[in-house]
Amino acid sequence: MNYTTAEMMTVAAARALSNDDICFVGIGLPSAACNLARLTHAPEITLIYESGTIRTRPAVLPLSIGDGELCDTALATVSVPEMFRYWLQGGRITIGFLSGAQVDRFGNLNSTVIGDYHRPTVRLPGSGGATEIATSCGEIFIIMRQSKRSFVAELDFLTSLGHGRNGTERQASGVKTKGPTLLISDLCSMSSDPDTKEFVVHSLHPGVSREQVRENTGWEIRFAENVEETPPPNRMELEALRDLNARTAAAHGVTAAD
Amino acid sequence: MAELFSLSQAVARFVEDGDVVAMEGFTHLIPFAAGHEVIRQRRRDLTLVRMTPDILYDQLIGMGAARKLVFSWGGNPGVGSLHRMREAVERGWPVPLELDEHSHAAMANAYEAGAAGLPCAFFRGYRGTDLPRVNPNIKFVACPFTGEELAAIPSIRPDVAIIHAQKADREGNVLIEGIVGVQKEAVLAARRSIVTVEEIVDDLELKSPNAVVLPSWTVSAVVAAPGGARPSYAHGYYARDNAFYFAWDKISRDRNTFLEWMHANVTEARS
Repeated sequence: MNYTTAEMMTVAAARALSNDDICFVGIGLPSAACNLARLTHAPEITLIYESGTIRTRPAVLPLSIGDGELCDTALATVSVPEMFRYWLQGGRITIGFLSGAQVDRFGNLNSTVIGDYHRPTVRLPGSGGATEIATSCGEIFIIMRQSKRSFVAELDFLTSLGHGRNGTERQASGVKTKGPTLLISDLCSMSSDPDTKEFVVHSLHPGVSREQVRENTGWEIRFAENVEETPPPNRMELEALRDLNARTAAAHGVTAAD
Repeated sequence: MAELFSLSQAVARFVEDGDVVAMEGFTHLIPFAAGHEVIRQRRRDLTLVRMTPDILYDQLIGMGAARKLVFSWGGNPGVGSLHRMREAVERGWPVPLELDEHSHAAMANAYEAGAAGLPCAFFRGYRGTDLPRVNPNIKFVACPFTGEELAAIPSIRPDVAIIHAQKADREGNVLIEGIVGVQKEAVLAARRSIVTVEEIVDDLELKSPNAVVLPSWTVSAVVAAPGGARPSYAHGYYARDNAFYFAWDKISRDRNTFLEWMHANVTEARS
């Protein structure tokens, strides 16, 4: 079956999740990946959205983090202060799934501004839950489309802490959770080097060259000793993803879904 | 005790120029009808507080009602930017907008501290990030017992909180169901409050003894405003109009298209 690079990215991200995970889900790409995992190999995964919905099983992807579908299909819905205090800060979430406008080699994320904070060239939405998701979840998976504009040597603003600007700040500042361990793009999958904490490419998606990855990365990207090829999406994965996207587009009253 | 008002009376009586106003609702139960009445009554210099400023705050900002925004995520969820908010921040149109920017965890804690009558909130947050460098309202303190470094921000104590809920009874007791967000905290943290509801009923018919209820004496004004959360939604009444959230992107991109839409649909429309 033919597939797009966006589909490959979502499928690769979904495969990283398992039935045992308690996952705090961001809207957009993370939400698609987490629900694809639930609809394929991880039906028992617990998905939590910051709107307070616990163990939710939406039939369509939410457009916003507090869509009615999330509440209607949840085990329970708690208030937003309870969600952030008892569940997130309380350490009850194993994986936080994030995205952003910019990421650096240490998995720090920017979703606040491009340019100077006080005179931005682009004003982005801001942190939302991301700042504390990044430090309170057991570990962090990142999913982002890869380009020189988004994979940068230096962030314009550090919204969510990865391993810090030099790779050591996270531990030094007393944050005990693991931080970013996995980064999945439309070109490849990267994991965090246990020593330097830098993201290293461990798997190239089918048809993607090392050169292509270098051209779309704003820092000198490193490759693991043994770089694998990501298995292409199988029929079951693609059908589940396309059905989900079609249901979602119909529910949102639009014709196109990515 | 809450009194029953019409929407225009409630806004006239409880919202003043220069107030700190929190209109809450987390995707769900966003008080659009009440916010539109604030625009019609031409309130100015408001400090608008809201975790997730979306279309309603884009409209208030674009109509020049606000001088400051306290927030933690500003966007049209799943669609893109808030063009009116961006133009106010990036170009000062129609008036400059000061930002007091936080994370969701910070604001949720600050509302809860406000409801609890505390001056500030402590939580484990903001470590290693840039917001504390640009926002003087974010500080760090040591736990007096363990020494752990915690973030502190001032509690949120609005002059007025405005929310939308499913039902009130004739005494003015209010029931909120579904994604309840920070609405209870916002009302309890505020000096005054306006609650618009889908319907006023004889009996709230609570399905659980643990329902989220705001007792009458915690609310200043209750207003019947059926459909008052549209294009947001009301659990048990109507669904979110996602198509309108997509349409807003085009309406709000250009100043004149925006002003024409507001004129036709808000300022010249009756509440």
